[in-house]
Amino acid sequence: MNNMPAILVLAPLLGAFFAGLAAWIQKQLSYYIALAALAVSCVAAVSVLADVITSGTMQYRMAGWAPPMGIELRIDLLNAMVLVLISVIAFVNLVASVQNVAREIPDRAPSFYVMYLLFVVGLTGVTATGDLFNLYVLIEITSLTSYALIALGDKDRAPLAALNYIFIGVIGASFYLLGVGYLYITTGSLNMADVAVILTGIQGSTAVLTAFILCILGVWIKMALFPLHVWLPNAYAFAPVGFARVVAPLMTKVMVYVMVRLMVTVFGMEYIFETLHLADAVVWLAVIAILAGAFTALFQKDLKKMLAYIIVCEIGYMVGGAWLGNTLGMTGAILHILNDGLMTFALFLALGNIIYMRRQTVFSDLSGLFAAMPWTMAGFVLAGLSIIGVPPTCGFFSKWYLVLGAFEAGAYHFAAALIISSLVCAVLFFKVFEICFFAPAPGAQGHHVPGNPQPPHDIHTAGNLQPSHGHHAAGHAGAVVMAEAPVSMLAALGLVSASIIAAGVYAGTIVDTIILPFLQ
Amino acid sequence: MEILISIKPLLTVLVPLLVIPVLVSSSQKPNVREAWIFAAGFVMFFLVASMVPAVLSGSKIVFTLFELAPGADIAFAVDGLGMLFALVASSLYIVTSLYSIGYMRGLKEHGQTRFVSFFALAISATMGAAFSANLLTLYLFYEILSLATYPLVAHHEDATSRISARRYLVFILGTSIGLVLPAMIYCYHVTGTLAFSTPGIFAGQLSKPAATVLLLMFVFGFAKAGIMPFHSWLPAAMVAPTPVSALLHAVAVVKVGVFSIVRVITGIFGVDLLAQFNLGVVVMVIASFTIIVSSCIALSQDELKRRLAFSTISQLSYIVFGVALLSPSGQLGGVIHILMHAFGKITLFFCAGAIFVATGKKYISQMKGLGRQMPVTFAAFFIGSLGVIGLPPTGGFYSKWNLILGTLEAGQTVFMVVLLVSSFLNAFYFLPIVYQAFFGKGKEALSDGPVKIQEASLCLVVPLAITALASIGLFFFPQMFVDLIVLGLNL
Repeated sequence: MNNMPAILVLAPLLGAFFAGLAAWIQKQLSYYIALAALAVSCVAAVSVLADVITSGTMQYRMAGWAPPMGIELRIDLLNAMVLVLISVIAFVNLVASVQNVAREIPDRAPSFYVMYLLFVVGLTGVTATGDLFNLYVLIEITSLTSYALIALGDKDRAPLAALNYIFIGVIGASFYLLGVGYLYITTGSLNMADVAVILTGIQGSTAVLTAFILCILGVWIKMALFPLHVWLPNAYAFAPVGFARVVAPLMTKVMVYVMVRLMVTVFGMEYIFETLHLADAVVWLAVIAILAGAFTALFQKDLKKMLAYIIVCEIGYMVGGAWLGNTLGMTGAILHILNDGLMTFALFLALGNIIYMRRQTVFSDLSGLFAAMPWTMAGFVLAGLSIIGVPPTCGFFSKWYLVLGAFEAGAYHFAAALIISSLVCAVLFFKVFEICFFAPAPGAQGHHVPGNPQPPHDIHTAGNLQPSHGHHAAGHAGAVVMAEAPVSMLAALGLVSASIIAAGVYAGTIVDTIILPFLQ
Repeated sequence: MEILISIKPLLTVLVPLLVIPVLVSSSQKPNVREAWIFAAGFVMFFLVASMVPAVLSGSKIVFTLFELAPGADIAFAVDGLGMLFALVASSLYIVTSLYSIGYMRGLKEHGQTRFVSFFALAISATMGAAFSANLLTLYLFYEILSLATYPLVAHHEDATSRISARRYLVFILGTSIGLVLPAMIYCYHVTGTLAFSTPGIFAGQLSKPAATVLLLMFVFGFAKAGIMPFHSWLPAAMVAPTPVSALLHAVAVVKVGVFSIVRVITGIFGVDLLAQFNLGVVVMVIASFTIIVSSCIALSQDELKRRLAFSTISQLSYIVFGVALLSPSGQLGGVIHILMHAFGKITLFFCAGAIFVATGKKYISQMKGLGRQMPVTFAAFFIGSLGVIGLPPTGGFYSKWNLILGTLEAGQTVFMVVLLVSSFLNAFYFLPIVYQAFFGKGKEALSDGPVKIQEASLCLVVPLAITALASIGLFFFPQMFVDLIVLGLNL
């Protein structure tokens, strides 16, 4: 029996245990254990994906107990892809964030790593499990660790944001649990595949309808679908950056995965689109979510908040695509889980680099960043273009499928929302690019006269930008000196930027080998 | 038609792209950096030129890079039309690179490495657009080109360039995402393909209203073509250093816009469909409006580069106009104007830049009497003007001739008047400049006595002389380009 699925989930769990212990010996040790655990997870995830592509769905029975009694990990093409995404992002982020963590929470770094690993256990577990109740437990593990991790952030504002997140998160989890309760009462089973078979016989039942609505509502709260999103922007903006970088790309995406799983595997597309008549309403909701997210992002004055609202907007893409009721839309939604994970990760990596070097992310503090941090900004620009949807970045290709799906479903309002949000995102990002490209020179103009060799601005005295020196001083004339983030951070960003392009040019391959076979 | 599979189109796109890291790494050694630019320019040009014989013999050179979905892949296909455009852009890139050295060093500009790097990126995207086999690929390079040009427009990093760069993006990116993207996906939704083909891709699948809306989305959406009311980014973009205005905003960027419209009209809709729905006339009305109005605006501009910009807007619409005529001569005249206008207008911009570097003057009212001081520059300016007006002995005559012939062929005599009126306007806004330069009296100019000749540096004068002479050369030897167009459009 191939034990890779179990290793995938258990490696970070055991890692968390040992990382906690190791901190007694030496604090730094817990980091290396975390790194090793996640590396193992990555390898396992990739090997599982390779296996699933070649030999089909994998069923792993924990400790050999047969379902529906035992816990089953059930990995098909969809969650194999999401598992690779999770474990790679979690690993890369750990490499990139070690310096951020050391600076932001120096005294509690080991606890950070322990909780971080448990968070990854939760995410991979949620994705790998084939059991509805297990899913609940694992969602709670993810949530509880994220409450704690968020509270480690900004001293003044993070605790309140975390508390807010707890309240809403608990409500979401309760909804989901209640839904699972209804399902258990009607079907007598908790195993997804099992439930799916039983449900085909009782589709008209009100209990099933209630179960479905409760589950979906719970998941929507957890994924921050507008208007259930209010917890997200503050929670992500005030979390320690080492955690924000991983929770922002992964948490909501995993919840979208759960939604897709419930729709495709548990309740079935037929039930959702032929028995229920909710699709139109949900697509409208998605349209509102997209527009609300995009336009709220437009009014932010802090990069962190802006990115957080973009997540709210992107959630609308995926929910809308999944609810269009055709293969193209669902393909777009699933592809966007991958793509949005990558581009959000890249954006937050860049954000973390900026925070590391400048400590501030308010727009007015970002000027001259292209000169000071060209590599970070290159990654940021690429990810931004992907959010806007400029080919050949991956964001274009998921948008392609989503818009095609919208045309096929006749949902022109959804297509329009996607286009409008692309335009708004273009405005958003170019506003930031412009601030970063130009130097802070209020009233400065017309330096360009023949014979004037040096531009008086475009310059930062980057010497003061070293992290140890604290606050930066801007606007002095002098030579342009680069003040880039450490190599580990840049390497991570470079890798993710490359994968944004790769996911773009190989979008066709991903769709053909993973998404379409899964949907058939 | 014979299909040849070759990696050459891809290489053409890659050469300027791959030279960028080299440029960046040699930023401390300007001479080395410039040598690399020329090396890349020549390699690119020879790659393009090496494909000419095959294309002239009626073959199509194709190369598929990535497949997204059937009918929508990232692929290159070199036909006559793309070859014409690639030849124009790649040859002028070399000339502009020489000019650029003189200009940027003459003004001791900052950020020269960034400048040449994004310039190389822009030319790479232009090549990609020229060789695109389908609308998706074309859109890809169109967008890359928009983004590559942004730092060039914002080059001076002052308040004016900030506003201009912003306007540039709002118009170019706004229209391409807002109009072209949905229109393109809709085309794919209806037909399942985006590949350019001669009869078009719609086989009776479009109603007239749908076709009209789609066509307008494309015509206005490719805002690089400067069709009114989406033109005002072009005068604003004149804040960029003159090499950018010369190559990008007279040749590469704007012509990519026009080229895209030509592709959509001939390769996506097809001449027959447009004729059937009588949509050519709709486009011609839009183009005519732009031709006349922007010519009138050009008359009132005192800043030389802005006058040239409005002239460009007007001339770009000639091309759209010609293709929308849907008659063989009209299409030939329109498309060959891509070439003829390129050489004429780049000469004019080169002159404007040379005048600025040599004297610091950028307003026409300051240029009285300047011709005696800079005779070569103003002689070239005169030739460039003739090219744009469409008078012999310049290539511009050939395109005007065919355009007018095209209106007669199509029986659109009213539109012939538009062309004639516009030619008069062109003459009115160009020739007085030349006259005043040679025979006018500037304030500071001495009324008598010999004037000392003070041309700009050779790096600036040689390129403008080359393009001016080429403009004349094209009057005598247009045949190869005509053949390319005839093959490309199946005329």
